[in-house]
Amino acid sequence: MAPTARPTVTAPLSPHLQVYRWTWTMAMSVFHRITGTALYGGTALVAIWLVALAAGPAAYGWVAGFFGSVFGKLVLFAYTWVLLHHMLGGLRHFIWDVGHGFDRERRMWLARGTLIGSVILTVLIWALALVIR
Amino acid sequence: MAQPSPSLRTARARVKGLGASGHGAGHWWQQRVTAALNIPLMIGFIVIIAMMAGRPYPEAVALVSHPLAALVLIGGVLSVTLHMRIGMQVVIEDYVHDKGLKFAALFANTTYAVAVAVACLYAILRVSLARLV
Repeated sequence: MAPTARPTVTAPLSPHLQVYRWTWTMAMSVFHRITGTALYGGTALVAIWLVALAAGPAAYGWVAGFFGSVFGKLVLFAYTWVLLHHMLGGLRHFIWDVGHGFDRERRMWLARGTLIGSVILTVLIWALALVIR
Repeated sequence: MAQPSPSLRTARARVKGLGASGHGAGHWWQQRVTAALNIPLMIGFIVIIAMMAGRPYPEAVALVSHPLAALVLIGGVLSVTLHMRIGMQVVIEDYVHDKGLKFAALFANTTYAVAVAVACLYAILRVSLARLV
């Protein structure tokens, strides 16, 4: 078969994310990836903390000192929020996986609930931890 | 009119239904199963962290070496590192298009996940088994 010349495409190509107006569902979808990526890096902190515990009192004291500092507590607070946001986002995906929550009202409610729920749960956990202490 | 080209897929490949990646829906399922397991395990992890914060070294060791805490931590490490490896692989496959870079990124991803898992498991086992000696 003789090779045929490819026609030049003059029609616009399909647009990417940047042309769309931001919506709640889109923002929470992007945020699910960002939080997942952050948690991916955060597991290194868990590994450092556990290895320090296994290494002995000196190493553990250094790591515990870091997490006990204002900056360390800020990191842990952010970590808690990111973890809970990703967890609630995952639950949202489970609801979609079984075929529910796709209509406009519910998917908006789920998207907002992910953000609001994660903030409330994070504050609750930290309040509880501080009260018990 | 061109004739429809005959499929190059073998009958066996069609029956196995694993697609171009050779994995089929295996990763999709693994991601769901680990996501579900992560929920109770991460709640347990948060409780352990909250209980350990600010405690002196011997108490921290005693807490992590408690069988229930150690089991939750080991389960959490396995489930989380599997989950995060698959998740990051999807992100890499979505955004890294250069073949060599993609290969390097996927290799680094697996290495990181395994390194975190090995470090955490070693530390947990060292701390909890030292109690017996």
